[in-house]
Amino acid sequence: MAKKPVTFTLNGSDRAAFAEEGLNLLEFLRRGIGDLSPKYGCGQGACGACTVIIDGETHLACLTMADAVHGRKVETASGLANGKVHPLQEAFMEYFAAQCGYCTPGMLMSAKVLLDRNPSPTRADVIEAISGNLCRCTGYEPIIDAILATANMRARA
Amino acid sequence: MYEFKYHRATSARQAANLLVKADDAKLLAGGHTLLPTMKQRLASPANIIDLGKVAELKGIEIKGKTIVIGAMTTHAEVANSAAVQAHLPGLAALAEGIGDPQVRHKGTIGGSVANNDPSADYPAGLVALGATIVTNKRKIAADDFFQGMFATALGEGEMIVKIIFPIASRFAYAKFPNPASRYALVGVAVARKGASVRVAVTGAGENGVFRWADAEKALGAKFSAKSVEALKASAKGLNGDMHASADYRAHLIGVMAKRAVMAATAK
Amino acid sequence: MTTPATGVGAPIRRKEDHRFITGKGNYTDDINRPGQTYAVFVRSPHAHAKIRKIDAAAARAMPGVVGILTGADLAADKVGGLICGWMIHNKDGSPMSAGAHPALADGKVRYVGDHVAVVIAESLAEARDAAEKVAVDYEVLPAVVDLASATAKGVGTIHDVAPNNVVFDWHLGDKAATEAAFKKARHITRITLANNRLVPNAMEPRAALGDYDAGEDSFTLYTTSQNPHVARLILSAFIGIAPEHKLRVIAPDVGGGFGSKIYVYAEETVCVWAAKRVGRPVKWVADRTEEFLAVAHGRDHLTHAEMAVDEEGKILAIRVKTRANLGAYLSTFASAVPTYLYAPLLSGQYDIPAIYAEVETVYTNTAPVDAYRGAGRPEATFVVERLVEVAAREMGQDPAKFRLKNFVKKWPHQTPVIMMYDAGDYAGSMRQAQKLADVAGFGKRKRDSARNGKLRGLGYSAYIEACGIAPSSAVGSLGAGVGLWESAEVRVNPTGNVEVLTGSHSHGQGHETTFAQLVAGRLGIPIEQVSIVHGDTDKVQFGMGTYGSRSGAVGMSAIVKALDKVEAKARKVAALCMEAAEGDIDFKDGKFTVKGTDKSMAFGEVALQAYIAHKFTGQQLEPGLKEGAFFDPTNFTFPAGVHICEVEIDPETGVTKIEKWTAVDDFGTVINPMIVEGQVHGGIAQGVGQALHEGTVYDKNGQLLTASFMDYGMPRADDLPSYSLGFNGTAAPSNPLGIKGCGEAGAIAAPPAVINAITDALGHEEIAMPATPQAVWLAVQKMAKSIAAE
Repeated sequence: MAKKPVTFTLNGSDRAAFAEEGLNLLEFLRRGIGDLSPKYGCGQGACGACTVIIDGETHLACLTMADAVHGRKVETASGLANGKVHPLQEAFMEYFAAQCGYCTPGMLMSAKVLLDRNPSPTRADVIEAISGNLCRCTGYEPIIDAILATANMRARA
Repeated sequence: MYEFKYHRATSARQAANLLVKADDAKLLAGGHTLLPTMKQRLASPANIIDLGKVAELKGIEIKGKTIVIGAMTTHAEVANSAAVQAHLPGLAALAEGIGDPQVRHKGTIGGSVANNDPSADYPAGLVALGATIVTNKRKIAADDFFQGMFATALGEGEMIVKIIFPIASRFAYAKFPNPASRYALVGVAVARKGASVRVAVTGAGENGVFRWADAEKALGAKFSAKSVEALKASAKGLNGDMHASADYRAHLIGVMAKRAVMAATAK
Repeated sequence: MTTPATGVGAPIRRKEDHRFITGKGNYTDDINRPGQTYAVFVRSPHAHAKIRKIDAAAARAMPGVVGILTGADLAADKVGGLICGWMIHNKDGSPMSAGAHPALADGKVRYVGDHVAVVIAESLAEARDAAEKVAVDYEVLPAVVDLASATAKGVGTIHDVAPNNVVFDWHLGDKAATEAAFKKARHITRITLANNRLVPNAMEPRAALGDYDAGEDSFTLYTTSQNPHVARLILSAFIGIAPEHKLRVIAPDVGGGFGSKIYVYAEETVCVWAAKRVGRPVKWVADRTEEFLAVAHGRDHLTHAEMAVDEEGKILAIRVKTRANLGAYLSTFASAVPTYLYAPLLSGQYDIPAIYAEVETVYTNTAPVDAYRGAGRPEATFVVERLVEVAAREMGQDPAKFRLKNFVKKWPHQTPVIMMYDAGDYAGSMRQAQKLADVAGFGKRKRDSARNGKLRGLGYSAYIEACGIAPSSAVGSLGAGVGLWESAEVRVNPTGNVEVLTGSHSHGQGHETTFAQLVAGRLGIPIEQVSIVHGDTDKVQFGMGTYGSRSGAVGMSAIVKALDKVEAKARKVAALCMEAAEGDIDFKDGKFTVKGTDKSMAFGEVALQAYIAHKFTGQQLEPGLKEGAFFDPTNFTFPAGVHICEVEIDPETGVTKIEKWTAVDDFGTVINPMIVEGQVHGGIAQGVGQALHEGTVYDKNGQLLTASFMDYGMPRADDLPSYSLGFNGTAAPSNPLGIKGCGEAGAIAAPPAVINAITDALGHEEIAMPATPQAVWLAVQKMAKSIAAE
């Protein structure tokens, strides 16, 4: 299969790699780049485990062509901590928002985009923001609490 | 996914040319329908033409008494557009209610309309508003465009460029989501423009989106929730599946129509 | 308390979270081996068919193909079939009819998704392409899909050993005493209900990576398992992959299990075996459709139940007849679920003199059914709590008062169905829950809802479960093929930090934290100095794994025993170092002191001295500080509690919204309350999923219609309520920590609470799970009609 060069920014670093034609971004990041933080959950765009941020918006890596990120900025959970853990990560720990941890990277991406756009979300806003991310362990409550707490903490700071 | 050749179009003209020239080619808009189908090996186009970088297909503008939305405009862009919120808030709300944030950031109005999924939201909006679909070849009225499940008036080598929405004085869409997929189990769009009232139903019909004549008549006489409360949609020609029987869908058409009118008349 | 900040009872953050929140979790699919190949399974498109011929010639010629293997290859290598590890006997004493369960089909397929062949290729895409070219000639047989008619004449036979598709016909309890009690009854409540089939859907799909080292002639299997040692034992002793000492099973981070990853499946068996066959590592990751089709499903019972009540509202007896679907093959623990994990819980929290249960299990052409969060106990609780609720309503009694009247009030309490409840406070939990739920204010809330055209209802569920499944001798006498103890090893390093090796496995439960809390508190050392090692058969000697809410009660108790030994040895070291009598040594807050002196040594110093061994001779004491223990408890534990669900129904659409959820649980000792709350939340979410959203639908040909997240209703963030939780712990006497277990409680308690609330709102007792908007709307229509008719 023909390969195409893809140049993009991953978590602030310039990256370049060849992607087979038709390869999706999830496989490209995991196999081609070695960033294992986005997870495969359904491959059909229905669970959010592979959620990444492209140019500030949440996208499902399993339904994004690798080629489509050429020249764009991609963020994943593995780059969220910048020297020290991100306030959202801090809150996820404080509120026990992770159990098995599998949905956590995608959940963090959805949460980050929400707070970047809406620094003081309501509970309903948070629920809507993570409505595309399935979690089978927590019942969502601690995740919602963690995201709201992050917003409150930032508002106070 | 089977092997295919991937083309990244940079202009609408180039995409249209490729669509004619390349063998067994498909246009890729947001990809939220085409890619899962291909991954399940239920579709295997030889050529994929990605429209993601075609800037001229994107954008929202007010033109006289219409809103013109480019085919590659995402649901999130429609939902967040100040212009749409100001002139046709019900359409912004419709877009805001599609799927989840990830879907709205990727899915496009052109992709949704071209796919004509029988449980998609936009077809109801387009039909109720009497929108016009502009392709690279012609203009098609929404009433003529949607031709049954996943079937449209689009011909060979034809692609949607933009959609023109007349600005209605009252418009709202109410949907009852499928509890699993969040697609419309039943969705009803209601629009009033001058003396004309149009009511379009998605999710329910065996042949996709359709207009509900009884409701249009009743609302034409008096545009209030009470006018539809007395009506009963017929279950004939409606879908019955494991998610909902035709009878339940028929019932929900009435409820959603009432709720759409209430939303359209709310201040 | 020695170290209140981190010890038992402290809500400290989870040690494992740092890797999860930074995307550094290490799951099976995150592991890759040099030279790795990819496996794709050719699966049956038919529910029931004979295989006339498999022609792989065209597939073999496809690019990148490394190997294509079938059941014939397994047989040639003398690889045995998958097993069911719990023998159940029929009423007449004869053994159950267990059909063969080959990892790759042996001439017949029995459900859609059954494994026919495996294609191994250089890349996943090449394996998929080649798998499509494997030509299988099927002779399609009629499919047996419907549970109710699975044993009817002429429907067809799935396994020759079970001509009428009955796996076993089993019973428990005193039939004569039960019949007699029913004769004396003033009131008899009768219900018929289905416990809907569920697909576990852990977010991480199952995966396996088999590796073979030709130099050492040894295998390594990385797999998504809740119990790697049991997997190794089965793969070695029964399936015959390799002797145990030549097979290493590693279950790294596992993205949720809920029971579905207890079992040994065809795919992992084939991957590890095929690694030697093709001479390359073989990786397989289920796509979500495969997960739906071929993971072990849960529940799927049809039950008719009756309850006899006297004139004062005292329960006299319960009589239950259940038919349980075990699917096409017996999965690893399938036979235990509708029997010993089910019928012994039919006494609920109640003092019931007589119980008789009959369970008939059947084969159908559907995916195998095995334990799923709760396993048998949700099914029992649903029966008991629906019976109690309906009986109270029929007799015009308040459902809470009816329960209070019938609760067990003295412990120990011997039920008529095996169990000896050893500690609890059922009435206390009920009262606490009623207060927390503001039951007193419900009437006003109901009137407010009615003013808005909504129907409000309140439902109770007073559940009990048997957890920490044990003792080994007892379960052995009931048919278990294994003992159900747990092991632990505490390795104190010379520098004073500690590694704890446990046979329990964490796949979201937070053992790395709670187990460390126990150890840090006990040894008086910072929690950062404790690490928990699990999930690798080369590191941990043997263990039984994590399921049945057993890791705290059994796994941690084994650690306590090992810690006892470590402390005893350390006291000896301290005594020799400080030249004091062992009896004069005190150990407190991480310090060894000599009574009545100011001589002391910190735990770390003692550890160092134990390894330096300068202060004592080998004749006096063995050097080193490392101890192991096995713990086998004296009884099950009996977590119990009361959940109250309050719903509001929109009669226009049938949508049920959960307005309030209150739970008061008795889990015995709680190690980390935040982790326990998380377990309760997650359990309730799955229980609410079962009650409102999750239904598994096969068509009459055995095609799974709900095989994706687009068709199977997984609870999402906007489907679930906020929770109000309380604890009313009474210590479990059967283990040293007093832990009862909390992992399954929510999933057990929730379904009847939801259904009792909906039926309360509707004033109508017939509503099946999942109570979807359509089902509720239909019930509303029925009610309206019957009111109109009156």
